[in-house]
Amino acid sequence: MKTFSGKILFLDRSDINTDEIIPAKYLTEITKEVLKPYLLEDLCLEGFSTTDLENKSVIVTRENFGCGSSREHAPWALQVNEINVVIAENFARIFRQNMYNCGMFAIELPKETINYLFKTYGGKDVTMNIDIDKSNILIQSEKKTETIGFKVGEFDSTLVKGGGWVGYADKHY
Amino acid sequence: MGKTIAEKIFDAHRVDEPFPDAHVLRLDRVFCHEITTPIAITDLVARGMDRVFDPTKIKAVIDHVTPAKDSKTAEQEKILRDWARRHDIKDFFDVGRNGVCHAIFPEKGFIRPGFTIIMGDSHTCTHGAFGAFAAGTGTTDLEVGILKGVCAFHFPKTIKMVIKGELKPGVFAKDLILFIIKELTVNGATNMIIEFTGPVVDVMSMESRMTLCNMAIEAGGTCGICYPDMTTVDYLWDYIKDEFATREEALKEYSKWVSDDDAEYEQIREFDISDLEPMVTFGYKPDQVKSVAEMNGTKVDQIYIGSCTNGRIEDLRIAASILKGKNISDDVRAIVSPASPDVYAKALKEGLIGIFHDAGFCVTNPTCGACLGMSNGVLADGEVCASTTNRNFNGRMGKGGTVHLMSPATAAASAIAGTITNSNLFEVSAGEEK
Repeated sequence: MKTFSGKILFLDRSDINTDEIIPAKYLTEITKEVLKPYLLEDLCLEGFSTTDLENKSVIVTRENFGCGSSREHAPWALQVNEINVVIAENFARIFRQNMYNCGMFAIELPKETINYLFKTYGGKDVTMNIDIDKSNILIQSEKKTETIGFKVGEFDSTLVKGGGWVGYADKHY
Repeated sequence: MGKTIAEKIFDAHRVDEPFPDAHVLRLDRVFCHEITTPIAITDLVARGMDRVFDPTKIKAVIDHVTPAKDSKTAEQEKILRDWARRHDIKDFFDVGRNGVCHAIFPEKGFIRPGFTIIMGDSHTCTHGAFGAFAAGTGTTDLEVGILKGVCAFHFPKTIKMVIKGELKPGVFAKDLILFIIKELTVNGATNMIIEFTGPVVDVMSMESRMTLCNMAIEAGGTCGICYPDMTTVDYLWDYIKDEFATREEALKEYSKWVSDDDAEYEQIREFDISDLEPMVTFGYKPDQVKSVAEMNGTKVDQIYIGSCTNGRIEDLRIAASILKGKNISDDVRAIVSPASPDVYAKALKEGLIGIFHDAGFCVTNPTCGACLGMSNGVLADGEVCASTTNRNFNGRMGKGGTVHLMSPATAAASAIAGTITNSNLFEVSAGEEK
């Protein structure tokens, strides 16, 4: 199982598409590691710089993250940057499935909770720790520690625990 | 309670439901291209599982960057080519016989009503135009599809669009789908299937239905679906005539793949589109849509006609009818990419290629081309393209470039004007009303 904890990068925008996460010109690569420096290279977000990714392991964002192209290079680019968790109001279907298929977490939280996270922790030095068995997220900042629950389906959690879809499918079908 | 077409397809293909709301479906088709398949292949090889579930159900094509532009793309193509040969995948379309996947696969008769199809390409939703369930997936789903012939999906919640009225002359399926995406928003159909129904869809060609279904993903939709009818049967007839004595018999068989009247929907949306004008995108999201009239005069640098959305023969015929005897503006360059060898051959035979050439277009081989800025037709920083493709994302056609999505008619008219403008097909019809 991958590691699901670390510092948060807040991306305050909806509809961040997979072209922004990893531009098409890098799709000619045939290994995942090569994608590392190009993550979020084309992100349209004022004030964002790819140096903001340094030491971050969790992304918190708004609606419809990962829309557009089906490229699994998007989760891979996150993975090789050691970001195994994205938290959003919702995800584009293919991106969400790709995350779980790779044994990564795409966690959906209600709009109010996402608003709360941005308001309370946006721009601050915050760490998250996902407890898959308890279905909760431990959030720690300099001044505050709290726990937020989340829902994860049985299928999704099985993929996360088992390391992805290929292993599961090979065993069962 | 009745069922939607997608629920019926799920019921007929479900092999397992290992967890609540996890439907593992048997696949009738697994389509492959050279961008998302090679990593699946190398992973299967690395796992010691270099096998395919059924070489007759797997179809592969090189389409995104073709012919190869550099060593990296040559390597991707080689991996796909070697794999297809190794596993005796007969329907592999190499350089010279290749075209855009979502144009060439329907043309070859690979899709049937009621089929389940996946591909490592988000515009796989195009094939729902035949009354199939067709979904784009990532490389891992593709890999499992290749190996085991199955894929897992959530329950197919459906939005039914009932499109009433009649499209005006000069207004096409592309304008309609841009309007629909504006109404739904880019997140409006996430995790849902979009059924396109109603009198407007009933009279549409298969090409137009494919244009509609192709852009279902731009509203977040898993698949766009049209009900199979005689238009579907006619399109497929050459490939199915040995299976059925008459077209009516084929239609009867395929008619089981329509939704029941009492099927349950997430939403039912009705539109009368009789007043719909040609539409065009602005900004960087496909739901940012205005009428062409509102965007009239916007300067462009490049015109692109092609792609899985609008590179079919019907599209080229419409564009050529506008370009005939005209020249493109000195201020623009224009590119047309027929979407398949068959489209190219027809366009050549009908004199369309000559019209494009004489107007000043660059005619390329069939390829995804400029659509995603991976090979030819890339924009420079600050440049603008009037395009018949499907995504206007920031940087899609080249870093710093802007894309305006539109119909082939509007693209052709804009090529002549050098700015975004309505085609005379629409202007004439608008004039007649006054």
